[in-house]
Amino acid sequence: MIPRSQKCFWADNNFKMDFINFYLIPGLVLGSIYALGAIGVSLVFGILRFANFAHGELMLIGAYITYSLMVFTGLHPLMVLPIAMLFTSLVAVGIDHTFYKPFRASKSTIVIVASFGIALMARSAVQIIWGVDTFSYSSGRIQMPMILFDTLRLSHKHVWIVCCSVALMAVIHLILTRTRTGKAMRAMSDSAELARLTGIKTENVVKATWVLGASLATAAGVFLGWDSHLHSMMGFYMLLPMFAAAILGGIGQPYGAMVGGLVVGLAEELSAYPWIGDSPLLSPAYKAGVAFALMIIMLIWRPSGLFKGRVF
Amino acid sequence: MDSAQAYGYMLYFVSLMTMGGIYAIMCLGLNIQWGFTGLFNAGIAGFFAIGAYVTAILTTAASTSHLGGYDLPVAIGLISAMAVTAVIAWLVGLLCIRLRSDYLAIATIGIGEIFRLILKNEIWATNGARGIAKIPLPFESLNEPWNKIGFMMLVLVIVTVFYFLIERARLAPWGRLMTAIRENEYSARAAGKNVERVRIEAFVCGSVLMGLAGGLMAHYIKFIGPGATEPLTTTFLVWVMLIAGGSGNNRGAILGAFLLWAIWSFTEVLTGRLPAELAVKAAYFRIFLIGLLLQIVLQRYAGGILPERRPSLNIKA
Repeated sequence: MIPRSQKCFWADNNFKMDFINFYLIPGLVLGSIYALGAIGVSLVFGILRFANFAHGELMLIGAYITYSLMVFTGLHPLMVLPIAMLFTSLVAVGIDHTFYKPFRASKSTIVIVASFGIALMARSAVQIIWGVDTFSYSSGRIQMPMILFDTLRLSHKHVWIVCCSVALMAVIHLILTRTRTGKAMRAMSDSAELARLTGIKTENVVKATWVLGASLATAAGVFLGWDSHLHSMMGFYMLLPMFAAAILGGIGQPYGAMVGGLVVGLAEELSAYPWIGDSPLLSPAYKAGVAFALMIIMLIWRPSGLFKGRVF
Repeated sequence: MDSAQAYGYMLYFVSLMTMGGIYAIMCLGLNIQWGFTGLFNAGIAGFFAIGAYVTAILTTAASTSHLGGYDLPVAIGLISAMAVTAVIAWLVGLLCIRLRSDYLAIATIGIGEIFRLILKNEIWATNGARGIAKIPLPFESLNEPWNKIGFMMLVLVIVTVFYFLIERARLAPWGRLMTAIRENEYSARAAGKNVERVRIEAFVCGSVLMGLAGGLMAHYIKFIGPGATEPLTTTFLVWVMLIAGGSGNNRGAILGAFLLWAIWSFTEVLTGRLPAELAVKAAYFRIFLIGLLLQIVLQRYAGGILPERRPSLNIKA
């Protein structure tokens, strides 16, 4: 047992490092995960014009498929991630074809009801197939964190998650700016009617959107599961922060969603930092409320988001 | 069939009608919000929980584990449940009602989630995850079947009273204006109507019914905790009830509630007979099938069993 005075002395000495190690870095990790999910939410919202309540469940499905592939092949989750992305994309395109396509012409509110149902169906499907126990990607072996400059503690998985997220975002940037499909997606997000008039095959763009959204969701789900563990409610808990990030960045703005994700992730983690006095500014139990508060403030103050997204 | 068996069936029927009635109240509430006005509320369970906790805190006897011990009559508990839900729904409405339906849907999910967090974490008031027990059941002094039958009658009377009130409101200018807003917000605005105000009114009225249903449920099962009802399942079930019964039609809302609750309850009885491991999976399979039912209704029978019928134009109101 460390005497109280000594403990405080230690804490004081490492005041800034504590902040970086236990609040800033987890915030960045969480932010990257939110950002990956939010890009998908934002693209689907921009191109298909409805809030997809089942996006968190795509993360869930992707993460569980990755888990099964990992068990099946014995490889690291990152190695099987591309295959899992493919499977999840197929699931997403299948869901779209069966359940969302019939409503393309109708009011978007009906599709939200449908997507709400899909979220529940997808979650119960996961619970039927994989059960409700929690899973972990790691085999229980605790990896010692890298320690830089004596005090900066970086865990390997955090470095991997942030680097992979940045790489994925770079790929998204290239797809959106350099490929025909990516440009068509941006065009359709700006105006679906004009895109159709210029001869863009909108149904193909919709498929590409789902593939992109589902692949990113898979990555986000795997990273989240890697950071903690897999459980059947993880998709639902991600829904609110992802929407907050997408709205913060501006609907239909993938770059905005990246920034929005980072802001929401950082805000959630930093809200628990003892900014005033010794106790956390906001009890960590209420973390989920931070994303919500940010979203409401944004919707009231500036509904187009930071990056001038669409307002529906 | 001997008399004990018949008695068991009768009790089951009573519980079916009671729960169906409680869901019918929520369904009528959602009908005002979604069916009439087109407001997407994905936080039904949140308002339900507020009602349940308010009446639980007010009507239980003193306890060290949670706030309360006021030991007030059930009627006051239920009325307070409605009043508190109304105030909270009004505040939520002020914040979110201007948002387009997609955003309102996300916002209500968030609100439901925050309510859940508060109820789970503010242990001094709600006893946290262990919940509040020993909530009094009205007519408790009566003998075994009669207390349950009495409560069922109470629920059914409440459903009937609200059915007539809401049906009257639907035909009145108030209800018609709500539908006008649902169909075309801008033309309603152009006609000089205060769209925001009517939407808030619809949101508050609907949420009050959800709070009342929560209060009734707390008294009926005599216990309320964060896990007493799985929030998403409750919310989702009410949605399927309304869509299947007929969104915009009050009779459809009530029919959908009783019908879906009967299906939900029967399948629970059936899956309960399976071996333990299968029974757990079957529970999720039920949710999956209810979700599939929603999709089929949405795609094939968009109006539900009793589709909405607009009042004729020359009604004497």
